[in-house]
Amino acid sequence: MSDTLQPVSITFRPGPAATSRPPLAPDAARRAIRAAETALLDERRQLTAAELAELAQVPDSAVPSLAALAHEVRLAWCGPEVEVEGILSAKTGGCPEDCHFCSQSAAFDTPVKATPFLDTDEVLAAARETAALGASEFCIVLAVRGPDERTMGRILELVPIVRDETGLNVAVSAGILTDDQARRLADGGVHRYNHNLETAASYFPRVVTTHAYEERLETCQHVRRHGMELCCGALLGMGESVDQRLELIEELRSVEPAEVPLNFLNPRPGTPLGDAPVVGALEAIRWIALFRLGLPSVILRYAGGREITLRELQVMGMTSGINALIVGNYLTTLGRTPDEDLQMLDDLRMPIGVLGKVI
Amino acid sequence: MDASPHCTSCGRPASACAGCARTLDPPRYCATCGTRLAVRVSPGGWVGRCKHHGEVARA
Repeated sequence: MSDTLQPVSITFRPGPAATSRPPLAPDAARRAIRAAETALLDERRQLTAAELAELAQVPDSAVPSLAALAHEVRLAWCGPEVEVEGILSAKTGGCPEDCHFCSQSAAFDTPVKATPFLDTDEVLAAARETAALGASEFCIVLAVRGPDERTMGRILELVPIVRDETGLNVAVSAGILTDDQARRLADGGVHRYNHNLETAASYFPRVVTTHAYEERLETCQHVRRHGMELCCGALLGMGESVDQRLELIEELRSVEPAEVPLNFLNPRPGTPLGDAPVVGALEAIRWIALFRLGLPSVILRYAGGREITLRELQVMGMTSGINALIVGNYLTTLGRTPDEDLQMLDDLRMPIGVLGKVI
Repeated sequence: MDASPHCTSCGRPASACAGCARTLDPPRYCATCGTRLAVRVSPGGWVGRCKHHGEVARA
C-alpha cells in the first residue's frame, strides 16, 4: 500500500434507486398511506411485504406524508426517547475482508493507515467523551474478519472496565463470531453486538466476495441465542435497487434486531465504490420512513453518511422514524459537532433515553 | 503563503493538488513530508501522528 495516493474524482449525482415499477398516482399513494396507518396504528400489526412495496412507490410529493406516518409509528411503537451512542474504531484498517464500501479493507489502496488495538486508556478516554455527551451506549469497533483469541481477551478485558468506569452500556463490533465466542461475549457483559447485513442477499456478492451472507446471518443468530441485543444495520446507496432495499428490510425482520443503524454511502477514496453517487436527500427521507414502517419496533439509528446525504434535512430524518443517533465522529470520518445534534434534539423536544426492543 | 508543502488529504505536493480536502475527513497525510498518518478518531476529536514528525494534528 502506498504512502501517497492520487485523489479520486467523486461525481455527486444524486438519484433514486432503480425500480421496475412506476410511481403511484397521488390518489393511490394517499390510499396506500392511509391503509398503512390503519395497519400500524389501529390494528397494530406489521405491514406485509406487498404493502411495504406499494409504499415504496409513492411519488416524491408524498414523501413528507410517508415521513409523518413513520414518525407517528415510531412514537406509538417505541415512545419519544432518542438513544445516543458513541462509537470508536479501536483497531483500524488492515481488514482482510473486501467490503467494497470500506476504507479499512487491506484489499484497497486508501488513505486510512492500519493501526493496532488501542490501549485501555485510549479506549476509556473515548468512552468518557461519549458519556459526557449524554450517551447511554458506547460501541467498540474492530476492523477484523472475526476476533482471534488475543482479540477476544482484549475485548473481554475492556468491556467491564468501560462499563464500570463510565456507566455506559458497552456494545462491540468485531466481525463474524462463532457460537462459543458469542456466548463468551454475552457472559462478559457485552450489551449489544453489531453485525450489519449491509444490503440484500441478492446484492451482497456485488459488494463483498470474501465471506458469504449466510455467515453474517449465522453470527446474528449466535448473538441473539446468547442473549445479547442484536444491532444489525443497512448501508444504502451502493447501487442496489428498490426491490433489493425491500428485500433487505425483509431480511432484517427475519433476524429480529433490537437496533438497525441506517447508513448512507459516503464514497471513500480508493475503494471500488469511491465514485458512487451519493443518495439524494429526499430519497434518504423516503427510505428512513420505509425502514421505520417495515420495522416499527426497532431502534432505528442515524449512522454514517447522514451529513453528506441529508445536509439540511437531518432534522427531518428525526421526524421520519429515526429514534437514535451516533453522536460526534464515526470510525474514520468526522460527524457534525455533538452540540449541533444535541441542540437539534432539544429543539425537537425529543428526550434522550435508553431504549430496548419493545415487542 | 501556505507553509504546508503537502496536501493533508492526498499527500501529494501542495503545488500539485488543486484541493481535494473534504470537510468531514480528518487529515490523512503529514503536511511536512506527505507520509500517511496514523489517525485515531474518537467521538469528540481526532489525533494524527506521523512516523517522522510525531503528533502533527489534533482536534
